[in-house]
Amino acid sequence: MSGVRVLVGTRKGAFVLSSDGRRARWDVSGPHFAGWEVYHVKGSPADPDRLYASQSNGWSGQVIQRSDDGGVTWEPVGNKFAYDGVPGTHQWYDGTPHPWEFARVWHLEPSLEDPDTVYAGVEDAGLFRSTDGGRQWQELPGLRGHKSGPSWQPGAGGMCLHTIILDPARPGRMFAAISSAGAFRSDDAGQTWQPINHGLHSEGLPDPDAEVGHCVHRLAMHPSRPSVLYMQKHWDVMRSDDAGESWHEVSGNLPTDFGFPIEVHAHEPDTIYVVPITSDAEHFPPEGKLRVYRSRTGGHEWEALTSGLPQEHCYVNVLRDAMTVDTLDSCGVYFGTTGGQVYASADAGDSWAPIVRDLPAVLSVEAQTLP
Amino acid sequence: MIRVVLPAHLRTLARVGGEVELDVAGQVTQRSVLDALEARYPALAGTIRDHDGGPRRAFIRFFACEQDLSHQPPDTPLPEAVASGAEPYLIVGAMAGG
Repeated sequence: MSGVRVLVGTRKGAFVLSSDGRRARWDVSGPHFAGWEVYHVKGSPADPDRLYASQSNGWSGQVIQRSDDGGVTWEPVGNKFAYDGVPGTHQWYDGTPHPWEFARVWHLEPSLEDPDTVYAGVEDAGLFRSTDGGRQWQELPGLRGHKSGPSWQPGAGGMCLHTIILDPARPGRMFAAISSAGAFRSDDAGQTWQPINHGLHSEGLPDPDAEVGHCVHRLAMHPSRPSVLYMQKHWDVMRSDDAGESWHEVSGNLPTDFGFPIEVHAHEPDTIYVVPITSDAEHFPPEGKLRVYRSRTGGHEWEALTSGLPQEHCYVNVLRDAMTVDTLDSCGVYFGTTGGQVYASADAGDSWAPIVRDLPAVLSVEAQTLP
Repeated sequence: MIRVVLPAHLRTLARVGGEVELDVAGQVTQRSVLDALEARYPALAGTIRDHDGGPRRAFIRFFACEQDLSHQPPDTPLPEAVASGAEPYLIVGAMAGG
């Protein structure tokens, strides 16, 4: 029987949650890398036993771990992330020039075909690639070196490259998003990049419709329809039907359009999920009610999903990499909170139950559907 | 034999339980001790000082014989008590670091 493995990164280690296809009973292993921040853990689509984890802390910086047995054992691999050439400056919070400084890896995106190839999105924003299973990392400097780079500014969480999406239908096309520079697309395997932010509007920028500078929190794409992108921006839920050339708002009847994650149903490209958060100042759900909102129409029209989720006194947040889906039928949806809960729905969001309640603050959640 | 004490999070990373014992060829300095440590435990490269023998990470400190050696040049000989193994060389995570 098929199963699911949910990979959870937290403030103090990683956890692996495993279940069969019913997704009713879960085995929990961890903490792996106890005491370290684990920003992201993700498996290779080409080899589900190959996992990569980003482990870091304030004392000792970055470590990349690799597993070849589905997270049972791990091996530290390469942690040297050197920007290509002289990295120059971006803008600091106060608008003054600030040198590019590597802080940590936010997101690991394994290749769709090759388990040894993996991309890393880092803070300060840059894109790295390893082709030897994580032992050595080379920057793809075209993104950081974009002519707009010196004008990029960090978001509140740092100037992080947090989203990497590989287009399964068009080799060489990839998408990246940076807080708070915006969304970018490459059509030549990451060598050159163009901003794709037309249609975004962000109050707080000197030019609210600027080409770059938007605080994009997350991008999502369904692999069967890669020209359609969804975006949770700082404020506003957005959609593009032309691979990012233009965006239009689909926030519709959401109670608030601020939030961090956005995710697409595994089998329904027009079914999307967000977790509305009150505001940029109040990083918790409106009215203390933890509600996932689902649109079955690709945006505009949203329904609250509340069954099994706390509907009073709930003041957690759900971070940008902390929501995911599996590909079973029916689609499983998962998200983790800053309060340490990981919630699962085995019925596309109709009902929810916590797999675990008391982990450290959850930074990321990824699901693997196993044969 | 040089005795090295790692902070807890690096003991976990290096998969060692207590003190680390190292043979250091030639003069015993902070650089030669760290070179030997990273050669024995490659996973520690970049976690104590920058790669390729670069500067100490900001939230890591070096103590020995009740002295703070963090700001000494890396090629300064370590105290004889460290070189002889009578006293350990302490790699410490600053309280502010994590």
